[in-house]
Amino acid sequence: MEASKVIHAIYTDDDVLMSAVKKVKAEKHHIEEIYTPFPVHGLDKAMGLAPTRIAITAFMYGCVGLTVAIVMMNFIMIKDWPQDIGGKPSFSYLENMPAFVPIMFELTVFFAAHLMVITFYLRSRMWPFKNAENPDPRTTDDHFLMEIAIHDNEDSLAALLQETGAVEINIVDKDEDAH
Amino acid sequence: MILGLLGVGYGFMDSHHYETVEDVKELLASESHHGGHATEGHGEAHAEEAQGDSDNESAAHAIDAYADEAHGAEASGHEMSHEEHVLHQIHNRPWSALYVAAFFFFMIALGVLAFYAIQYAAQAGWSPVLFRVMEGITSYVLPGGIIVLLIAFFADSHIFIWMDSDVVAHDELIQGKSGWLNKTGFMIRGLIFLGGWSLYRHFSRKFSVAQDNADDNRNFKKNFRISAAFLVFYIYTESMMSWDWIMSVDPHWFSTLFGWYVFASMFVSGITVIAIVTIYLKSKGLLEFVNDSHIHDLAKFMFGISIFWTYLWFSQFMLIWYSNIPEEVTYFITRIEDYKLPFFGMVAMNFIFPLLLLMNSDYKRINWFVIMAGIVILCGHYVDIFNMIMPATVGDRWFIGIPEIGSILLFGGIFMLIVFWSLGKHPLLAKGNPFIKESEHFHY
Repeated sequence: MEASKVIHAIYTDDDVLMSAVKKVKAEKHHIEEIYTPFPVHGLDKAMGLAPTRIAITAFMYGCVGLTVAIVMMNFIMIKDWPQDIGGKPSFSYLENMPAFVPIMFELTVFFAAHLMVITFYLRSRMWPFKNAENPDPRTTDDHFLMEIAIHDNEDSLAALLQETGAVEINIVDKDEDAH
Repeated sequence: MILGLLGVGYGFMDSHHYETVEDVKELLASESHHGGHATEGHGEAHAEEAQGDSDNESAAHAIDAYADEAHGAEASGHEMSHEEHVLHQIHNRPWSALYVAAFFFFMIALGVLAFYAIQYAAQAGWSPVLFRVMEGITSYVLPGGIIVLLIAFFADSHIFIWMDSDVVAHDELIQGKSGWLNKTGFMIRGLIFLGGWSLYRHFSRKFSVAQDNADDNRNFKKNFRISAAFLVFYIYTESMMSWDWIMSVDPHWFSTLFGWYVFASMFVSGITVIAIVTIYLKSKGLLEFVNDSHIHDLAKFMFGISIFWTYLWFSQFMLIWYSNIPEEVTYFITRIEDYKLPFFGMVAMNFIFPLLLLMNSDYKRINWFVIMAGIVILCGHYVDIFNMIMPATVGDRWFIGIPEIGSILLFGGIFMLIVFWSLGKHPLLAKGNPFIKESEHFHY
């Protein structure tokens, strides 16, 4: 992207932020990013972000876990060494299935939960020793920051943001290596 | 609005009156035949008519799909060897069919009552707009419960083998239990349970209606208190009720989590009926304040409690299957051998179907999806009750035929009649409830 300059509008209230987002969207400016100290209900909708698909991945991981459990126990208990353990019928998987259900269940949950969490970390680029991408430390405490790229419209954009109730407007050179 | 609702109620009444009268005739006809060998043959002839009549009751039809063809052959072959035993089973069938259906609809109302009390006790903010719907459904608790008790009273040893003094005389196991299992005690306990439940229902409805025009929250607070008290009473009596009314059909068998299991069944069917009635009334434009999010929440409950039911079903089954103690395991052996399709079919209907259908958050907001899942869940739980009662009373001579479908239609008709009649009595929005504003704007 050409624009190396961005504008940072800082707010101190999530209600003000929400109405600001709506106004900026109405003026058809592209919001690069919003930094908030806590989840603001409805912010993603106001920004027009696509819904997450992480639940779908979790469902698929769960199916994988279930398959792993079934294949594993079918091989170990039925195919490889079908012993008679306490009279349990090890002739076919179905016959002995009730005994396997607890493991099937747990592995489904295990796979769904852990792989979904890992997916979340990967997609949101979080890992230990990762450099924090925070334009302003106050946004982790009590300030909200909206970042908009500048395309030779510095003044009008600043005026618009001022109008939306921003307490502070900064124009900064964006460090492109930050990501 | 009220007029419109009365119209709806009357429509139901009208369409069902016809059916129910027919059904009673059919039931009597089939009852007068039992004992004779021709029962099955005669029954088949009636089958077509009965199904033609019952178009509204899609629920009944889905169950009908379970009917398998093999039964015709059985009718001729079985009578010879252990004639008396089979004769008993044939005698029992219409009684059990009545009892299963009566209990099923009663259980729905009771499940709704428990849900209603929980909503009050938990001070739920989303559900007050549905309170009048729930109150309407719970109006069936008293009549439904009386019907169940009456059937139990008159069916006597047709359903409860321990009510037969000849049997008890030769059965030491039952003799040992006769301190609990005796008809007087059964009836007294039944009346106490029913009295407690309908007393709560009566007062909570009264306070809820009184709250509409009150200028303080006194009625609401009273309702909160009696709801909490009712829940304590309910969980004890529900458990005992399940021993009395259901588990005692197999007086030699016992299971500790049975009360919970029956509770889960009634709870999920109750919630499903709330959802279905709500969607129905909403589609008639009578519940403008109910939005997608309410339906979503109900569907979430349907989903969650379906899984809870499965958890209990499986826990009960697996513990008994695993240890395989003869005195316990016969319960499941008879069910798996003679009731394979209903027994495992209900797990599919009550677990796999709602699991896959209602998992998606978007689907929970689609009304026809919820209705469809709801119908399958209700059929599944009918089969569940069927599986609890029938193996003990008719054994392998089960069939979902005219007596069963007739009873479903009969009690289904009475249920709808009473519920919609009661729905018409008061405005459908409990406007005095302190949470009603929150509930109207509930959004998930």
